[in-house]
Amino acid sequence: MKRWINRTPNQSLAITLGIIPFLLIMALYQWGSEVRKAENPNDKLLPSVSEFQTAIDRLAFTPSKRTGEYLFWQDTKSSLQRLLIGVACAAFIGLMLGLITGAIPLIGANLNPIITAISLIPPMAVLPLLFIVFGLGELSKVMLIIVGITPFLIRDLYQRTKDIPSEQLVKAQTLGANSFQIIIRVLLPQILPRLLDALRLSLGTAWLFLIAAEAIAATDGLGYRIFLVRRYLSMDVILPYVVWITFLAFLLDWLLVKTSKAIFPWYHAAK
Amino acid sequence: MSNYQIEFRHVQKSYGDNLVLENINCQVKKGEFITMVGTSGCGKSTFLKMLLGTEQHSKGQILLDNQPISAEPCDERGIVFQKYSVFPHLSVRENVAIAKEFESSFIGRLFGKRRQQALDEADKWLDAVGLLNAKHKYPHELSGGMQQRLAIAQALIKHPKVLLLDEPFGALDPGIRKDMHKLVLDLWQKYELTIFMVTHDLEEGFYLGTRLWVFDKTRHDPHAPHRFGSTITFDLPVGKTDQASYQEIEDSLSLHALSA
Repeated sequence: MKRWINRTPNQSLAITLGIIPFLLIMALYQWGSEVRKAENPNDKLLPSVSEFQTAIDRLAFTPSKRTGEYLFWQDTKSSLQRLLIGVACAAFIGLMLGLITGAIPLIGANLNPIITAISLIPPMAVLPLLFIVFGLGELSKVMLIIVGITPFLIRDLYQRTKDIPSEQLVKAQTLGANSFQIIIRVLLPQILPRLLDALRLSLGTAWLFLIAAEAIAATDGLGYRIFLVRRYLSMDVILPYVVWITFLAFLLDWLLVKTSKAIFPWYHAAK
Repeated sequence: MSNYQIEFRHVQKSYGDNLVLENINCQVKKGEFITMVGTSGCGKSTFLKMLLGTEQHSKGQILLDNQPISAEPCDERGIVFQKYSVFPHLSVRENVAIAKEFESSFIGRLFGKRRQQALDEADKWLDAVGLLNAKHKYPHELSGGMQQRLAIAQALIKHPKVLLLDEPFGALDPGIRKDMHKLVLDLWQKYELTIFMVTHDLEEGFYLGTRLWVFDKTRHDPHAPHRFGSTITFDLPVGKTDQASYQEIEDSLSLHALSA
């Protein structure tokens, strides 16, 4: 028999092995739910599948009695809008500052210490400050995401810029390029796929800050809804929302990978 | 005024107390092909970097066409490194055409007809190095030898006064290396280039160059190895293959290799 480190699954076995933990968790939940329901039919902690269906139907496919909106989709739209605006702004700032500090040593020496200092501030600690400065509207939630992930993006892209072999910079100079041309023709195109990598890593953090901001001050949003119904121990709403957020996070990650592979094939082939 | 293209006058290079090169005096005419050999750490790469502009000499003068050489890399001096010389995000012909784009556009990017002209000129140089068939490929799709051909084409499109080669074929298979030798000799003759090439392969140095330089220390203090720097200990014309001098250099290099 081959050693364990040399035994690799074929595709169908790999898929089966990968699905097993998901099925196990679902079965375990189903069993736990039935046990609790048998003891107390009004148990709220582990709702049954039909209760989930009712809750999803009520939130996603029936207009709210109070506002006439479909709450689930309204929450999704608000949350995604905040998340995407925040992440897009952070990506832009991160790209600009990471690139310029990595490319121009004088600017790097000037800005890197302050960027490092700011990146050490826990963003949640300045959340009250954001609420005071930017109000309780959309802006403060977007700002929390920006404050939360921009320092990481700047520092990561600074390092990625530095990692580009100096041979290429010398080569570009011998081809007559000036600093500006080197930045936009040699460094920027090679940093863009690395920006997408960094965004994938920071999306989890962005969700964290989004939900934190919504939990504290909001009138809609996925995080708001979860924290709202927590008061009534509505696991039938909380769990579908968590699964939905997980799915959205997966979808965004998948989109970033696909985009990167479509636009920057040279980057993925060379790795 | 001299009619030498490149002149080193009493050049010395040190890092703090560590003397790397000393007493470098040499003159090179246009069209010479200098190959440089020496043990590792002998300063031959430092010499090339001073010519390139990525390292500055500590004392003396380096002249290019009777003018002090510029202190940073510029388009007078082309370079081919052992690795990482080409841009991975550009296709083969874009890699060459980008030199034209740097030249005639502030943002380093040409459009329409002028871009087409740049690409056409790039194709001419790709043809010269035998890469025309691969012009739409990306560098990661090329073999090591083809990447070096591309790096040479990039350098040539700028018509540099000197072409610097830093162990360009060190990572290639022997068969490919033979092809590259032939290519470099062809290009050197056709375009009357001045070439400086660092190599660790003495045979390659003998075969390719018109002049072979050996970098070595003439004085050695066993208690303070950094006290004395290397200099050019052999400077011989190698058009005529001379078995005796080949052997002599081979012996002096291997002697160091043994003691090192």
